[in-house]
Amino acid sequence: MTEHVAESHDHHDHHDDPEQIKKELFRYWAVFVALSLGTILTVWVRFGLQLPEHQAIIVALIIASVKGSLVAGFFMHLLSEKKLIYSVLVLTVIFFAVLMWLPVHDILDKFGYR
Amino acid sequence: MAQKRQVRVGSQWMYARDAEKALSEALRVMNEEEGHGAPQQSFISKYVFSQDHKWIGVQYGFTALCFLLFGFFLMIMMRLQLGWPGEHFWIIGKFFHSEGALLPEQYNQLGAMHGTIMVFLAIVPLAVGAFGNYVVPLQIGAPDMAFPKLNMASYWCYLPGGLIMLASMFVLQTKGGGAQSGWTSYPPLSVIATQGQTWWLVGMIFLITSSLLGSVNFIVTIIQLRAKGMTWDRLPFFVWAQFVTSFLLLLAFPPLEAAGVLQLMDRVAGTSFFLPSGLVVSGEVLKNAGGGNPLLWQHLFWFLAHPEVYVLILPAMGIVAEVIANNTRKSLWGYRSMVGATVFLGFMSFIVWAHHMFMTGMGQVISAFFQTTTMIISIPSVIILSALFITLWGASIRFTTPMLFALAFLPMFGIGGLTGLPLGLATTDIHLHDTYYVIGHFHYVVAPGTIFAMFAGIYYWFPKVTGRKLDDTLGKIHFWGSFVCINGIFMPMFYQGLAGVSRRLFDGGIQYAHAKAAAEATNPFMSAAAIGLFIFQLPFIYNFFANVFQAMRGKLNVGANPWQATTLEWVAATSPPLGHGNFAVAPVVFRGPYDYSIPGAADDYLAQTDDGGKAPAPVVAPPHAPVVA
Amino acid sequence: MSADAHGHIEIPYTVEPRPDTGVYNGKLGVWLFLASEVMLFGALFSSLILIRTGAAEWPKGWIELHPIPATVNTFVLIASSVFVVMGWANLRLRKPQVARMWIALTLLCGFIFMGIKAYEYSLSFEHHHFPSTSNFFAIYFTMTGLHGLHVLGGMVVFTYFLTTGWKMYDHEPRRFTNRIEIVGLYWHFVDLVWIFLFPTLYLL
Repeated sequence: MTEHVAESHDHHDHHDDPEQIKKELFRYWAVFVALSLGTILTVWVRFGLQLPEHQAIIVALIIASVKGSLVAGFFMHLLSEKKLIYSVLVLTVIFFAVLMWLPVHDILDKFGYR
Repeated sequence: MAQKRQVRVGSQWMYARDAEKALSEALRVMNEEEGHGAPQQSFISKYVFSQDHKWIGVQYGFTALCFLLFGFFLMIMMRLQLGWPGEHFWIIGKFFHSEGALLPEQYNQLGAMHGTIMVFLAIVPLAVGAFGNYVVPLQIGAPDMAFPKLNMASYWCYLPGGLIMLASMFVLQTKGGGAQSGWTSYPPLSVIATQGQTWWLVGMIFLITSSLLGSVNFIVTIIQLRAKGMTWDRLPFFVWAQFVTSFLLLLAFPPLEAAGVLQLMDRVAGTSFFLPSGLVVSGEVLKNAGGGNPLLWQHLFWFLAHPEVYVLILPAMGIVAEVIANNTRKSLWGYRSMVGATVFLGFMSFIVWAHHMFMTGMGQVISAFFQTTTMIISIPSVIILSALFITLWGASIRFTTPMLFALAFLPMFGIGGLTGLPLGLATTDIHLHDTYYVIGHFHYVVAPGTIFAMFAGIYYWFPKVTGRKLDDTLGKIHFWGSFVCINGIFMPMFYQGLAGVSRRLFDGGIQYAHAKAAAEATNPFMSAAAIGLFIFQLPFIYNFFANVFQAMRGKLNVGANPWQATTLEWVAATSPPLGHGNFAVAPVVFRGPYDYSIPGAADDYLAQTDDGGKAPAPVVAPPHAPVVA
Repeated sequence: MSADAHGHIEIPYTVEPRPDTGVYNGKLGVWLFLASEVMLFGALFSSLILIRTGAAEWPKGWIELHPIPATVNTFVLIASSVFVVMGWANLRLRKPQVARMWIALTLLCGFIFMGIKAYEYSLSFEHHHFPSTSNFFAIYFTMTGLHGLHVLGGMVVFTYFLTTGWKMYDHEPRRFTNRIEIVGLYWHFVDLVWIFLFPTLYLL
């Protein structure tokens, strides 16, 4: 059965080393605090600072991106993930950017657009 | 004949057939022992909800071929009308419960469903679901796909989706009929269309889900389950093609799924994603909120639909490459260039889509961008085609039936590709957009292009799946008849388009004075060719079923490697049994995929598992050895 | 290659990572799936941008919608994310009882999220705000609705793992731990989408 094979592997021990995991736990809770603060910050920036619309959008998206990066980097452990996974995601981000930008640019570029 | 050939088993020579029987028996006993006399799989779990990639491939293949035939039949009805507008035909009367003359809205149904069925229910399931599923794990030396349950789920999302689409044409004839807004389903027409369109959208959601599950499976399988020694530069080109295709399906389909949801919301929940304000339908202003944009649908649709056409062509090129290498007894010329071109093509396919939208009032900047990327994307296609042509140079060509189809693919795809160029340039597209020129262009690529490659694949791999070769004479009749008739249907379309005959007109264009002469001169001939094409499929249908039935009765007539091919699927047993993995021993790969005619070798081909005599060859690969008593 | 007692074929690298790629099959599979989900939600965000730039006027999210329940929901999802990763960590520490509690808490957060969402929707309906009312509401209901369906999907999977599915821990603990990692990744993605959805719809 698979389990008998698994127990004897070196990296299995390293991967599940209790000390290592406990360090990770601390990081997870730190990220949780950061995310909560980020949420509060987003709401405050929007209503407390009363920025004009364009600036508000940019700031909110920046904060959201930071929060998203924390979730991706730590909770989803992308920061320690293999190159293969990164490559898939880089490819996806490129096409995501294309999808976000080109249709809007087309609408704005149309003949007779007011 | 295969039965008379002998193989070496250990220190013994025996008839190949006896060796195979002994091996099957050995496998069965070993499995029984390891399973501790486990009960046999039930019929349902073995054949209905199979998790074996080989049987799932067969399921996909059979279902897809049925849809292909149905889509063909829809086309025949269209062509009857186009060739002889207004005439009464019994078959049309039967299908639409009418007197037999085709009404415009019925013609529109035929058009929309023909396109949808051919693209989504026939070609992609055949190219990817059938050929991909059956062949890829074998060619990489894997026991199955990475996620067998997901594979099963994938087929069982495809079938209901397909049946919903099919049912819409039959069930809804009194309620406005099936979808009739083109396979492209442009709003606002599709939003205000009858109920059939909703069924189309629901069907699409099933199909897209099926595709997504499948693409994840293919990518993980190819990356993770390659056998020992099967490095990326030893992968058969067919596997590379399927690999890139899967990325296209994975990343391009979701926007269409989103768009489908939005259109469903417009139709069912009264939203206005695609409905502009103040839309007037049948003299009345539509009572919806408005503010939507039909172009949003076009962007989301074509974001998928352009990569989709590369999904249609890449597996086909993969099959053609395999068949050509095998029947030229040569390695593919420029394998690396072909692989690089395929990867580049896959990437570019995501940034050309708006060349389908040049006529939407596009601004200069965006238009220039998409024209440029569209011109660039023709380069990798040329590289692949050129490499295949050059492979033929100096080759000892075996004109087997699969090879005939593969050879024909080359000039046919060439015509399809070249005729695409004026469509990719906005100025010429002004004249050609929405004419029969477009229909001629894309049919050349898909019909004498992809479908011929599919036939090549069927004739090539049928012996592996069933243990019987399809009859060669019937195959040649099938080929020559199809080749002549298919050109008869589609070549005149370029002339029609240049003369200004518009597409999607139920009477074939004769209602417009400028197009009447061109349409009347060509349509009857083209329709006759279509009927001819149907007649020449009959030998194939007979050939296929006759041999399937013979195989089911155990009357095999070939061994494991009837084409003397190098790739790993030919190392596996004839018609590998279900539920027991694919290889008696996990294969180890020592060579590239196309080691044909290697100087100094005993034979004119070396299997990928051949290590030059360092270890005993696996029993399952019948060596092409002389008969020794 | 042989089959086991149920005719299942042994697929390599289901638990152990493949040496040259460094990942096990399910890990690669779920990231590919998430890549497709990025494109799905991306298409909806793109639609939102397109509709909004083309609109003569766009309602104010913090007036038309209910930002306070939505903010609470943001915290609920963030908490659920850290809960599920605690669950996975405890499985790796071979503490299944503790892990099970964390995963149950994750599921509970899911219920709370859906409950608050249902409350939000009911408030909107009371004000006669439906998807058909305007494109603003159309995109709001569609995006939050699809996101909600994804939350529901995750909840179904968690329920399965907490009940029947937990049996796998007894004879294949590493494989089970991997499964929780995979559903955790999915769940984090759902949280990630909300992190962008919340300000975009409610605050801007």
